[in-house]
Amino acid sequence: MSYIVAENLVKKYGNGNATVTAIGGISFKIEAGEFIGVMGESGAGKSTLLSVVGAMNAPTSGSLRVDEIDVYSLSREQRADFRREFLGFIFQSFHLVPYLTVLENVMLPLAIIKAGKHKKRDLAEQALSQVGLLGKAHRLPNQISGGEKERVAIARSIVNEPPVLLADEPTGNLDSKTSSEIMNLLQSLNEQGMTIIMVTHSHESAKYAQRILQVSDGVLVGKN
Amino acid sequence: MTLKEISIRNLIRRKGKAAFVLTGLVIGVTTVVAIISFVEAMTSDINHKLEKYGANILIVPKTENLTLSYGGLSLGGVSFEMEEIQETELTRVEAIKNARNIAALGPLVLGVIQVNGHRVLMAGVNFKVSGILKPWWRVQGELPDENGVLLGTEAARILNLKRGEALAVGEKTLRVTGIIEPTGSQDDQLAFARLATAQALFNKNGRVSMAEVAALCKDCPIEEMVRQISEALPGAKVMAIQQVVKGRMEALAQFKKFSFGISGVIMLIGSLVVLVTMMGSVRERTDEIGIFRAIGFRRGHVMKIIFLEAGIVSGLAGFIGYFLGLGVAKVAIEFFSESHSISVPFDIQLAAASLGVALLVGLLSSAYPALMAARLDPNEALRAL
Repeated sequence: MSYIVAENLVKKYGNGNATVTAIGGISFKIEAGEFIGVMGESGAGKSTLLSVVGAMNAPTSGSLRVDEIDVYSLSREQRADFRREFLGFIFQSFHLVPYLTVLENVMLPLAIIKAGKHKKRDLAEQALSQVGLLGKAHRLPNQISGGEKERVAIARSIVNEPPVLLADEPTGNLDSKTSSEIMNLLQSLNEQGMTIIMVTHSHESAKYAQRILQVSDGVLVGKN
Repeated sequence: MTLKEISIRNLIRRKGKAAFVLTGLVIGVTTVVAIISFVEAMTSDINHKLEKYGANILIVPKTENLTLSYGGLSLGGVSFEMEEIQETELTRVEAIKNARNIAALGPLVLGVIQVNGHRVLMAGVNFKVSGILKPWWRVQGELPDENGVLLGTEAARILNLKRGEALAVGEKTLRVTGIIEPTGSQDDQLAFARLATAQALFNKNGRVSMAEVAALCKDCPIEEMVRQISEALPGAKVMAIQQVVKGRMEALAQFKKFSFGISGVIMLIGSLVVLVTMMGSVRERTDEIGIFRAIGFRRGHVMKIIFLEAGIVSGLAGFIGYFLGLGVAKVAIEFFSESHSISVPFDIQLAAASLGVALLVGLLSSAYPALMAARLDPNEALRAL
């Protein structure tokens, strides 16, 4: 059985005449270790799809199974645990906590797990080392560049070694050179066995994906 | 990185807001501590003064006669045909439950003597306890021996007697050993002799007309002392002289109630300051809380962060507020009280209570903002940016 199985996912917002269908019945399967690109025009439903796959946005109907777990049969708090164990998030606007240092931002997902201080620190330093930012561990987010912030976000998403990485426009705010570095980094993580689902507008970034899910008006219009 | 570290970092980052919450709570705690310390110090001072008031309980024989004197004027003369108390009965007073609160017990025998053609009221007293029972006495000369007499200033003037002079009482001659400086009380018109001397003169050996008790009722109501003495002496009438003290205590009690009301209002304002500031803080941190929830923080984790922040600030406010309140109370006492002997001591119970109240107010006021933060939907929080 596939690692991620989405069946007829529908997500509607609002009621009655004001109902907006963000996702109109999307099904797909993703194997462990795949690198998937989700593409489509603005408002097509890509980010909604990513949030549904990210266990943060319950679909109106349909089901999502990850590693044979029916994600939306879990309670809200169980879904929080699921996100912590299974998912890493990379956001377009980085979403770093401004008053925590680079190292502390990376350690954030470890704040709620039972592990020694040194162990947590080691894990965070390992993740930072993977993204090449160990030298800037003690800087605050406003003291590093956009590309470096993205790397910190990646380090934070992989620090607890989740099997799945969800990236929402990871290169959306970056120049082409930095974008290329970030994509190489994601590719390297994928090569290490991490399943990656990446929403992107960029055809350059999409080239790194093994498969593309093309979304238009809330439905899949093409799969490569 | 722990939840506590996240809370501390946030407080350091949002210094202004943390300082605002801290100030609100410190003002509240300071006011409450200052008021309580002030009232407690004043109460303690009044209790202390109780001792200086001397006798505050009178034991007299039960009588069916009504008093024929008012405001110092006596109509129909002084009647001494009243019943008396056996001196031995008074020992029972020393066995009452609150006997430790009795500072002094002074038996007193009264009688009239004729001196130089004047009738003078003589009181036989125990001079060993007169210092406690009559602390306002200032004696020029010495306390009398068995052949001596102490005169009130008016009595000395009317009888035209000076220190060292003798007076004949019946067959006995007594020497004036001292004169009491004016007291403004009935004592000015009396002659005082030793109890045994007076009992012998009036032929009342083993009997007393009345007894005065100085009770230190800091920890017990004076009514309770009166009840206990009445039970011990069923044949006597026991009365409390407490109007002045009671009046002051009642005024203080009313001030206490008013102060607690004001403290309550101030603490309510403090809690509103915390509530509004924490709500603002949570709104400002929507993205941050969204990230926390997205990466797997449970609702409880988010609430814990908010409560830790509130707890740290409130605890600090309780600590600062207590010591600031003590200082304010000291200044207020110096300003409002004429007494220079009042002290405001460190009270561990009040310190613990102020810490507890500050924490309670801080945490209760943060409960709604914490709940609001915990209920933030991560998807909504991140999408709203």
